Amino acid sequence: MNRSNSNTYTSPLSVQHLSMRYHHKPVLTDVSFEIPEGKTIAIVGPNGAGKSTLLKGIMGLEPSIEGLVSFFGESLDKKRQATAYVPQREEIDWDFPINVLDVVLMGRHGHLKLWQRPSQLDIDIAEQALKDLKMWEFKERQISQLSGGQQQRVFLARALAQQATLYLMDEPFAGVDVATEQAIIELFKDLKSQGKTIVCVHHDLNTVGEYFDWIIFINARLIAAGPVVEVLTKENLNKTYGGRLSLLNDLTEQMYRSQLNKAHDTD
Amino acid sequence: MTNDIWIIATAALVAASCALVGVFLILRRQALIGDAISHSVLLGIVLAYIITDSRALPIMLGGAVIIGLLTAWLSDSLHRVGKLQSDASIGIIFTLFFAIGIILISLYAGQIDLDQSCVLYGEIAFIPFDTLYIGNLDTGSGFDIGPRAFWGIGIVFMIVLSSIIISFNRLKTIAFHPSLALSLGINVIFWHYFLMTLVSMTTVASFEAVGAILVVALLVIPASSAYLVARSLKAMLWMAVGYSQLAVLIGYALAFWLDSSISASIAVSAGLLLFVTIAWQKVQSKRKVLQSIESA
Repeated sequence: MNRSNSNTYTSPLSVQHLSMRYHHKPVLTDVSFEIPEGKTIAIVGPNGAGKSTLLKGIMGLEPSIEGLVSFFGESLDKKRQATAYVPQREEIDWDFPINVLDVVLMGRHGHLKLWQRPSQLDIDIAEQALKDLKMWEFKERQISQLSGGQQQRVFLARALAQQATLYLMDEPFAGVDVATEQAIIELFKDLKSQGKTIVCVHHDLNTVGEYFDWIIFINARLIAAGPVVEVLTKENLNKTYGGRLSLLNDLTEQMYRSQLNKAHDTD
Repeated sequence: MTNDIWIIATAALVAASCALVGVFLILRRQALIGDAISHSVLLGIVLAYIITDSRALPIMLGGAVIIGLLTAWLSDSLHRVGKLQSDASIGIIFTLFFAIGIILISLYAGQIDLDQSCVLYGEIAFIPFDTLYIGNLDTGSGFDIGPRAFWGIGIVFMIVLSSIIISFNRLKTIAFHPSLALSLGINVIFWHYFLMTLVSMTTVASFEAVGAILVVALLVIPASSAYLVARSLKAMLWMAVGYSQLAVLIGYALAFWLDSSISASIAVSAGLLLFVTIAWQKVQSKRKVLQSIESA
């Protein structure tokens, strides 16, 4: 990234002093960070650390106590079309009477006026998004008849059809098959090559270093944020996962080794 | 004979309006709030009547919409502020409003021509005797344009239908996934109260015909039947209307045959159609399993 023109540079997402609570219990306290453009960024932390809550707070889906979130230096309302949100798969009513193409077309609704119907162009964009995620042959299928991975790809296609520049995804890799995992990685590469930014809640420490450029460690407050090589350290993992680390010792070992291997590979 | 046509036409419009808004209540899992509003609008009608001394449609609709929205808002506030479960909050608010309405009716019994059993059950058979006129009937220059209830529900039906046609995509996105809709910049709260407005208008216009209890049947049952079989929102809306119209025709025949309440027979028919649909689906899925075993 070229920082020489830092005067005109505005981060795609800047969070300042964000605090949130749920049922009067603090979930997140004073979280601040700023992410670089054109990178893949993972939000990592143990269960109940407030990862999804952070994403929802950023999108204004749950109220925050205080804090300022800006998108490309502006408020969310001005950057709605440029920001695509992919909710967790469990939050979706998969029995809803709707087919795959119609779900993807919802990505175009923000571009349409109240009374407007999707145009041929909107349909072309939606169909291309389905092709990109290798879901073309399922376009007439009811969403209830899809596998978990296919459902995830439909929702990613919906986000893609929005033609946003910033993508916020809640656990896109959770419980998906290998084909879908591959499709998501391909999608990340594509989006990155177009200079787009991707922020994901991620739970798999084994893959985080491989799939992402940047990590934000969260456990009720911000632990660390920065490029993978800098922040994926035993110390940060200890701080983030605390007492639960006994389970993680093997993982960190493994991760160290894979980091080392990678370092050797690039030598 | 003309009376029968007016009764069936009114019932058909009531059933179709309820089915259309019912679809969105079912998809948003808000059947209970539909139930609540259909009862609490009674208070709106009574208050509007006591205050203005008029039974004109805009006044009745206005009173109902205000109380209907108040029901939705207070239930939600009680849930958030009082930390009660949302279904308990709804149950507390609408029964309170309904009870106040009943007390007001008995207090002002002399002035209000609403009696309690009519409020609860409705009497669609009497609809043709309360007609609207254009001009002055006594001088011979005016003429009878049909039952008041028919025109009331007719106007509401047109409002509901045009609202759904115009804002179809918005309503679809909100019903499918509210937080996704919110992330797209759609004002979910506005559309929630918009839907509650449609429910209030539909229930108040249906009140006279089918009463507070049976309007719930028409809101919930045809839409539920359609939910079981429909493969798209558009299909679900059409099917819900189809089920509701079938229920009206079968119910009217049933009432004629048994010489019983028309609105109750319509509700029973709607329920029967739902059970037939479930049974048919069970048979179909069993047949599919058998076929796959045979082919294996």
